[in-house]
Amino acid sequence: MTDQAQLLPGTLDLLILRAVSLGPLHGYGVLLRIGQISGNALLIEQGALYPGLFRLVRQGVLKASWGTSENNRRAKFYELTAAGRKRLREETASWNRLATAIGSALAAQPEET
Amino acid sequence: MKLLDSLRFRIATLFQRSRMNAEMEEELRSHIQHRADDLERSGLPRAEAERRARVEFGGSLRVKQECQEAAGGTLVESFVQDLRFALRMLRKSPGFTVVAVVTLAMAIGANAVVFGFMDALILRPLNVPQADTLYGTEYGLDTGFQSYPNYLDLRDRNRSFDGLAAFTFAFVGMDTGENPSRASGYAASGNYFDVLRIQPYLGRFFHGSDEHGRNSAAYLVLSYVYWHSRFEDDRGVLGRVVRLNTHPFTIIGVAPPEFRGTVLFISPDFFMPIVNQEQVNGENILDARGSTHGIFETFGHLKPGVTPTQAVADLQDVGAYLEKTYPKEFAQKSFSLGHAGLTSFDRAVRAFMTGLMLLAGLILLAACANLGSLFAARAADRSREVALRLALGASRLRILRQLLTEAVLISLVGGTVGLLGSIVLLQRMSMWQPFPGAPIHVPLHPDARIYAVSLALALVSGFLFGIVPVRQVLRTDPYQIVKSGSTGRVGQRITLRELLLAVQIAICAVLVTSSMVAVRGLARSLHGNFGFETRNAMLTFTNLAMAGYSGDAVAAMQKRMIDAIETIPGVKRVGLVNNYPPLIYAAGSRVNIFKQETRDRTPSNIASIPYRFDVSPGYFEAAGTGLLAGRAFTWHDDKNVPALAVVNREFAGKLFGSVPDAIGRYFALQDGTRVQIAGVVEDGKYLSLTEDQQPAIFLASFQLPPSQSSCLVVRSPRDPQQLAPAIRNKLRELDAGLPVDISTWNTMLDVVLFPARVATVSLGVMGAMGAMLSITGIFGLAAYSVSKRLRELGIRMALGAQRKEVLHAALGRPFKLLACGSTAGLLLGILASRVLSFIVYQATPRDPLVLAGVVLAMSLLGLLATWIPAQRALSIDPMILLREQ
Repeated sequence: MTDQAQLLPGTLDLLILRAVSLGPLHGYGVLLRIGQISGNALLIEQGALYPGLFRLVRQGVLKASWGTSENNRRAKFYELTAAGRKRLREETASWNRLATAIGSALAAQPEET
Repeated sequence: MKLLDSLRFRIATLFQRSRMNAEMEEELRSHIQHRADDLERSGLPRAEAERRARVEFGGSLRVKQECQEAAGGTLVESFVQDLRFALRMLRKSPGFTVVAVVTLAMAIGANAVVFGFMDALILRPLNVPQADTLYGTEYGLDTGFQSYPNYLDLRDRNRSFDGLAAFTFAFVGMDTGENPSRASGYAASGNYFDVLRIQPYLGRFFHGSDEHGRNSAAYLVLSYVYWHSRFEDDRGVLGRVVRLNTHPFTIIGVAPPEFRGTVLFISPDFFMPIVNQEQVNGENILDARGSTHGIFETFGHLKPGVTPTQAVADLQDVGAYLEKTYPKEFAQKSFSLGHAGLTSFDRAVRAFMTGLMLLAGLILLAACANLGSLFAARAADRSREVALRLALGASRLRILRQLLTEAVLISLVGGTVGLLGSIVLLQRMSMWQPFPGAPIHVPLHPDARIYAVSLALALVSGFLFGIVPVRQVLRTDPYQIVKSGSTGRVGQRITLRELLLAVQIAICAVLVTSSMVAVRGLARSLHGNFGFETRNAMLTFTNLAMAGYSGDAVAAMQKRMIDAIETIPGVKRVGLVNNYPPLIYAAGSRVNIFKQETRDRTPSNIASIPYRFDVSPGYFEAAGTGLLAGRAFTWHDDKNVPALAVVNREFAGKLFGSVPDAIGRYFALQDGTRVQIAGVVEDGKYLSLTEDQQPAIFLASFQLPPSQSSCLVVRSPRDPQQLAPAIRNKLRELDAGLPVDISTWNTMLDVVLFPARVATVSLGVMGAMGAMLSITGIFGLAAYSVSKRLRELGIRMALGAQRKEVLHAALGRPFKLLACGSTAGLLLGILASRVLSFIVYQATPRDPLVLAGVVLAMSLLGLLATWIPAQRALSIDPMILLREQ
């Protein structure tokens, strides 16, 4: 567990959107999916997930409906709305810009003086 | 759209609160089950897997709360939390709560009562449809008085009014077959009810089409109240014939219950057509164009689209026409419009109500300042709690919201209590009849508007004093306070709290000053010089028309009445004055006086317009009016002798320069009669106590055409309780069918003093409230500063400080504030009292007694309010205190 990275503030929403964009998921499924696509490199508190889900539902980027899970249990499934897909595109783009910028800033060699 | 969606969502979540909770729980449970499934698959037994899953998940309560917040439905819930917390905090300090609630209840209650009056008197004085377009015409200064012929021209020539109605008063003896009694009503134009657009409760009203010249419409419409009390709701009353001053009138209808006539305060018993007024008043006003008081008021609805300004211009045009056509009888004065029902006292009532509303507003402001400083003190006391909550992560917004919830809660409770009190008070007052004999009545109806205003005031004041501690909370540095405790600094800087207290004391001092000025004014009016002596004087009102006397029989009967009453043991002197003596009701009728050499007696040549009273021999002695020069009337001054007059000093001085110069000189009346001045009497008051000194003339009643309505002034030191029946018996011996009203002159004066009394009582109440507010304010600050500095005071005492020094340290500041606030308030109060002088007779703040009174009152209040805190400061036992802390 110790080699897992802490989430930067504000990135949880993006991860949730990305996870859900691959198909409808229930809450626990979102956690598993994030672990899977990030190679288990990120630490997400189980409890912290749900406020995020509720927030996104309220913002209208996710919608929820009850269904049955692969374990044959009743669960609430989340999927992207049209607004959610748009948001995912935008935030992915802006994250990439940020990451590139920070990456190149960190990679820059000190100039000789 | 987004906003709308989120709103819908919030509303939906509001109602689906419990369902959402259940769903949320199920979702979390489902999560834990799934996790447990995974753990089970990795080899754990089911029970252990579930336990582990729960542990991993952590506190589900916190998650749920965070979810709720994220879902956006927290506003209501956190409000409920705030409310509960506020209730708990208030219950923890009952003293504070009670003081705050009582303070606000008084302030809101006072405002509600004053607003109730304002609502009744100014906002919608008459209970008639479309009252907003109903205007009364004012002619000349402030009065609606008009002559009947002028009214007819106004009615027919104006283009602005949708019908113009007129009325005047009629005081009659009503004989329904048993027990004749006096009644008062309106003699109204035929279109009166049609112009008002009201419908009868029973039967029909009279209309313009019923008028066919003098004494052609002997119809009577009863007011609901009179029908109820005098005819006991008898529906068979329609068509019955009753006698008004011996003339038969047929009852044709009853007015609706909510209609109480078109003059505020004065509810009529009946309405009769004005064309018949000669039968009851004995004097024909229908043809006298030059008369200034035939009609009390004319009013009507403005036509749609006509503005008051246009209507006034229109009336001026009619006035110009009248002046051109009747130059001798009509002098153009300016017309204006007033609120129907108030034209004659519109300005006075408005000024008074505005003043009162202002004072009530000041009370509320003082209360808010008071509560604001209380809240600030409380917030300071709670700074530790606030700091802790901030440190634990509460947002400042949330803390402020919580404090505000407390303030609004208090303001709502206080507002409700105040409103309830004011409703009880208003209902009492609406039943109150200040004078049993007179039809005076204050129409008050507590209703939704008053509730709404009180609620709004409560909320506004709640926010006002609630935001006082905001700055304090925003600046709170949690680490500093938690570290050092809440002792705070004892700086010399003036805090917001102290400033508020000073403001509040100033306001209270204004109130105390005003009430003292008013009380002094009233005391002076009661002991002022009226130009007659009201003590030991009885007034006996009769209207001989009510018993069928007319012509020469009137004078003979009046002489017999005077003689008969003078034979009663203990009676010193009896005199008669036609209609009413000075200061009673509308006693003062005025006449135009010309110099005797003036040929052309047009309005522009008038020398003086004095009050005129027609009196019998013996009147001046009976009334106690001092004769300055010449002689009074004797029984020899009858119709065979040239006309004589007694004038007052003012009249003598104005026309002839001095009192001795006036004796024997002549002046002329409007009809050209030359009148010689026989004597001069002292000045007095004639129409109202607040009037400037006015000229007055007294004519010999027995030299004039007789007036059936008269008042006998009976001077006697005997107890009025015994004297009244004796007078009644004597008059019954003369004529058993004559209604007689007897009361003391002082009682009658109460009517005149009524406005001043009301003003004084209301100002007194306001002053008392102001005083109480300043007590609680000073007490609050003093108690607070003592309790804050207990330890410091203890150390001072331990180090050997004297009692005086301790007191100075503990209470110096409250006293300084008191002194500053009072001085400012006193100065403001003196300025404000100029307004009072319009209402309260002789209200002058430059009265050493008032000044001393205010200073004394404020210092007493200060002493009273600091007494308990001072005792507490002095009873400090340094040893105990130092050991404890």
